[in-house]
Amino acid sequence: MTGVDPQAQVNERPLVLLTAPQLVSPMTTQVIMRDVLIALAPTMAAAGILFGLRALLVCAVAVGSCVGMEWLWCRLRGIPNTADDLSAAVTGLLLAFNVPSTLPLYMVVLGSFVAIILTKELFGGIGRNFANPAVVGRIFLAVAFPVAMTTFVAPGHILSPVDVVSSATPLAPTAEQLSLKELLLGTHMGVLGETCSLTLILGGIYLLVRRVISWHTPAAYLGTVVLLSLLTGHEVLPQLLSGGLLMGAFFMATDYTTSPATIRGKVVFAIGCGLITCLIRFWGNLNEGVAYSILFMNLLVPHIDALTPNTPIGGEGVRRRKRGGKDHE
Amino acid sequence: MLQALHPVELKGVHIPHNKLTAELETVRMPLPSKIVLPMNQHVGAACVPQVGRRGHVDVGTCVGHVNARMTADIFSPVSGQVTEIRDLHYSDGRSDRALVIKPDGEQTVDPSIAVPEVTDYASLVEAVRHSGIVGLGGAGFPTWLKMDCDLSGIDTWLVNAAECEPYLSSDYREMMEHPDTLLEGIKVCLDMSGVKRSLICIEDNKPKAIELLREMAADDPRIDVFVLPARYPQGASRVILRNVTGRSVPRGGHLTDVGALLFNVTTMSEIGRYLRTGMPLVRRRITVMGDAIERPQNVEVAIGTPIGEVLEFCGLKEEPRKVVIGGPMMGVTQVELDAPIVRQNSGLLAFSHELVERPQTTACIRCSACIDNCPIHLAPISIQKAYYKHDLEGLDRLMADLCVECGTCSYVCPARQPLAQSTRFARAALRAEQRKKRGRG
Repeated sequence: MTGVDPQAQVNERPLVLLTAPQLVSPMTTQVIMRDVLIALAPTMAAAGILFGLRALLVCAVAVGSCVGMEWLWCRLRGIPNTADDLSAAVTGLLLAFNVPSTLPLYMVVLGSFVAIILTKELFGGIGRNFANPAVVGRIFLAVAFPVAMTTFVAPGHILSPVDVVSSATPLAPTAEQLSLKELLLGTHMGVLGETCSLTLILGGIYLLVRRVISWHTPAAYLGTVVLLSLLTGHEVLPQLLSGGLLMGAFFMATDYTTSPATIRGKVVFAIGCGLITCLIRFWGNLNEGVAYSILFMNLLVPHIDALTPNTPIGGEGVRRRKRGGKDHE
Repeated sequence: MLQALHPVELKGVHIPHNKLTAELETVRMPLPSKIVLPMNQHVGAACVPQVGRRGHVDVGTCVGHVNARMTADIFSPVSGQVTEIRDLHYSDGRSDRALVIKPDGEQTVDPSIAVPEVTDYASLVEAVRHSGIVGLGGAGFPTWLKMDCDLSGIDTWLVNAAECEPYLSSDYREMMEHPDTLLEGIKVCLDMSGVKRSLICIEDNKPKAIELLREMAADDPRIDVFVLPARYPQGASRVILRNVTGRSVPRGGHLTDVGALLFNVTTMSEIGRYLRTGMPLVRRRITVMGDAIERPQNVEVAIGTPIGEVLEFCGLKEEPRKVVIGGPMMGVTQVELDAPIVRQNSGLLAFSHELVERPQTTACIRCSACIDNCPIHLAPISIQKAYYKHDLEGLDRLMADLCVECGTCSYVCPARQPLAQSTRFARAALRAEQRKKRGRG
């Protein structure tokens, strides 16, 4: 090694100047989104088995159109391309999980447009949307195409090729008649990703283990629903395992951008979600209880954030003084 | 109720320790071709050179001194001649004056060196004042000044042996190689100050040091070893205080306000060694590591040795592209290999490939990793936003001045936002504003 003459080295190839820390964790946005996709994969496989290839086609169209639209948007606006951070793919897959397998494909594309362009990109792209894109996409489709969105196909399509039963029966009234096995395996009618509870729980556990999400949100959300079901005399298990609750609690209420920053905020947010879900389920007449609850709570996030900051270590007394000497907390 | 969600113990993050040099004996580096001795190797007033050009110095000669309270004298580690007094520019923008000394190889000891006489706490503080010892964990705060406080409320003398920075093992080697001077230093301080107990706080990834010190401190009931989980930044003063004693330093306050004193383990050991020999702080151990280094090891160097010569001594596999003084989390990158090792440095890292590329910053996704992992429970991303808006009131509300600059926020950020950097700026801006206000009031 000859290059230790300091002056020569500075002249030739300057040493890299970087502020501390020099180390960074291996977690990047892309890694996080890839983890979410991995967590969603078993549910997609289940949807394929339960509802046939048509379900996988819906997934492919939704993911493709979401990623494509994000790519095109960045291209047209001349801003750095964010399509490869996989967040659009997550949105697409979640949107696909929220529609029935029979939905016409152009509607899927329309839903993707509402999710990616109207909800996400128009507000500044990743990290700046105020509402969960997939949730808004689902609600848009449910409002715009109520019949198509409730035309479910009976599962078991591939395994036993019986006649496809189309039905416009809302999901909720039948939920309590289903057996635990049916609820877990998802062998009942519903949208793509909501029926198979087992794979959703698996995916949720994966996200918890990988520390992509904290346990507080799903625990508070599910806990609130359990508590309210008990209080109002509803059967707990069907409430937990049917409809979009598990997907909402693990994959949608935990969306970083549209949930509060602190743990305290997340708990408040999740309890709110549980409350609204139960209100809609028990006394309302909507299929999208979970979706609406998350959307409503999304709107409250800035206020929850403002009211639930962490108290820094050493700053305990300061905040108290600032609020006029009231001895709270 | 929701307050209960915050555990009393501050958690921190797991960062791969990479302490490859921990079990290697310290190697003493031969005298370098020159010594570059900056006049500001501490927090406080810079010293003024006490010898002129061509002046002769011995080992232990006081070459830097200033009539100020917040300062620490600087001593020559070699005998030789001062060849130059020049300006020194650091990569972080600071400049300094430095004596350049050419060693004559004789290493004659200054005749004024004598074992200090310590009879009470005041004489101990006075001795430490003339030892040139500063906070050797990296802070560089004059140790005598920290000791010179009102002792009445102090019940715990904490010794910070966490060494939570990845890669670094110089404190660990100090414990393994000089447990005797460490315990002597602690005992003298306890004897003289009358403080009732001392806890040596070590992370659980150093079981040998824990065992050794437990064994050696067994005869003194005042001294105990406190084992902490190995999590970054366990060694940050507010964090270690909280995790050991459960106390938190109020905003704007000091550790002494809550009855504790905290010293780095090598600092304590140096006090013990100084009281034994009377030789001021002129040498120190640093961990040399990085993928450009052929023989990663702990090296004992004369303070003022140019980093280029230390790298050469340890062997360079390739031309380094990034050189860091300190650890990988809080260390400062260097532009000049002529810059010296100063007394509060504990590591020297050289990289050719690893950690060289600037990480690509992407949009914040509000994942709250920075908020969840901040050891002080600050909100780095909000601080960054407020700083970008020059919102000093917001920074005050967010208490940006409490930041300990550990860098955890930048480490965990998946979007690679420069959170630690902006919080550092925000903290400086807020402190300047606070000083301004105080001046007016």
